[in-house]
Amino acid sequence: MFKNFIRILKFAFTDFLRNKGISLAAIFVLVVTVMLATCLLFFWGASDYLLLQIQNKIDITAYFKEEIQEQDIILVKDKISKSSFVKEVEYISKDQALEDFKRKYGENEVLAKALFEVGGNPFLPSLNIKTDGNPEQFKEVSDILAGENFAELIEKVDFSEKKDIINTVFSIRSSITKTGLVLGFVLIVIAIMVVFNTIKLTVSSLKEEISTMKIVGATNWFIRGPFIIQGAIYGFIAFVICFIISMMGFHFLSDKIYTILPGFNSFKYFISNIWIFILVQIIFGVGVGVISSFFAVRRHLKV
Amino acid sequence: MIKFNNVTKIFEPDLTVLQDINFEANKGEFVCIVGKSGAGKTTLINLILGLEKPTSGEIFLDGKNINAINNSDLQKIRRNIGGIHQDYKLLSNKTVFENVSYIMEVEGKDQEEITEQVPKILDIVGLSERFDRFPNELSGGEQQRLAVARALINNPEIILADEPTGNLDPYNSYEVIQLLEKMNQLGKTIILSSHDREVVNKLQKRVITLDQGKIIRDEEQGRYII
Ligand SMILES: Nc1ncnc2c1ncn2[C@@H]1O[C@H](COP(=O)(O)OP(=O)(O)O)[C@@H](O)[C@H]1O
Ligand SMILES: [Mg+2]
Repeated sequence: MFKNFIRILKFAFTDFLRNKGISLAAIFVLVVTVMLATCLLFFWGASDYLLLQIQNKIDITAYFKEEIQEQDIILVKDKISKSSFVKEVEYISKDQALEDFKRKYGENEVLAKALFEVGGNPFLPSLNIKTDGNPEQFKEVSDILAGENFAELIEKVDFSEKKDIINTVFSIRSSITKTGLVLGFVLIVIAIMVVFNTIKLTVSSLKEEISTMKIVGATNWFIRGPFIIQGAIYGFIAFVICFIISMMGFHFLSDKIYTILPGFNSFKYFISNIWIFILVQIIFGVGVGVISSFFAVRRHLKV
Repeated sequence: MIKFNNVTKIFEPDLTVLQDINFEANKGEFVCIVGKSGAGKTTLINLILGLEKPTSGEIFLDGKNINAINNSDLQKIRRNIGGIHQDYKLLSNKTVFENVSYIMEVEGKDQEEITEQVPKILDIVGLSERFDRFPNELSGGEQQRLAVARALINNPEIILADEPTGNLDPYNSYEVIQLLEKMNQLGKTIILSSHDREVVNKLQKRVITLDQGKIIRDEEQGRYII
């Protein structure tokens, strides 16, 4: 058994080296396929990142009237926290707001002077509410706050400006990801078909050989094995090429991508998800290569 | 060893190539199948290998109906048959050496045995200086001799030789026929198809004469008469 396996490996490598043209063609189409899969994975990740960024930015601030007591605000906070859309509610007291302001703008003389001239503490106590980022939930929370129950307590709810942006971003994201994923998927299917047909053509050119092997009594696995191993070799080489391309690509395009997606470091993203990238590239490269070979040979084994 | 029972082969739509073929070749027998070209010799040999299926009738090898057994059993039987095909059926992507060693590798023979046996047989058929050539770099006669080497290497119980001298000069023909006779003396069953009158007459073995798909003569120590 082991002897057979060694022989199958030997045949695979010999045939691979003897048919360099065929091997190159197969590797090339596999590289295209694996790169497509890599890009799709990357866009998926980038859009996920974008969503996360937006979600964390979507918050609502409810400013309470100056005279409202802290315990009343805490009461409101508890009520709101119970709502299932609300991720987190933070109470910011008058003093805390002043502290935050000072810490943020303490260096700025103009602002410090303005603050001094106003005298006292001009800030209002507030609740900062973070939602899951879904625009509908967002609307619901702001409706509750703007509603009659809280009208007496709340001076104003700060959300309206952001609402539009958030809605747009959401609709863009969902349509981009949807069309992107569908398009990417279609491209990958086409690429896989090209790989399959390339390998099918090369195997068909060896139809006579395969039938001769059957005539002299070789078992199906003994015949099929070298083709499958060759498929795996094509896939593995395609994987190595794509890995190098994507490593360099994400490194050199990092700056460009940064300007499109602020705060997103594509190279870091690649490195921190390196195992997923490797896995996807190997699965697409070796998987598609092996499966294509398997089916390409199968049709000629019925001798 | 080999038994044809009422075998008829019709190629669609209506070309009857073999009709009601009945014969039995015993173990250790040397049988010549003669007939004009187109008489059905190659088809008969392909039927034994399971490359073609009879339209009706059965073919038995060692008592097994070869059209009723599973793939792995059929492959096992094929490993025990040395075939010299009219169109050689060499592996065009393998060298001369590999064409022969492949047969031993299929059998699962050890590497040592391969490195020892393959040069020997290639020497016997006069191809010792062509080890690394590919079949398409050989002359017709050389390809035929390679096919002979390949058929003999595993010491098979049955040798099916389909016009193995068709492309050879008299000297090489004589050598190949001698090899077949030697194998026969060692107890192997030989089926030789030929339309070479001299070869057949010299052999003085059993001759089955095919004409238009039918057996018209089956004689011990027969002669080539058409
Ligand atoms: N696969 C095939 N399909 C149709 N006709 C075939 C096929 N193989 C052989 N024949 C026909 O069968 C007849 C016998 O062929 P063959 O067995 O090769 O004869 P021989 O070997 O005696 O010359 C020929 O007329 C040939 O054209
Ligand atoms: Mg013939």
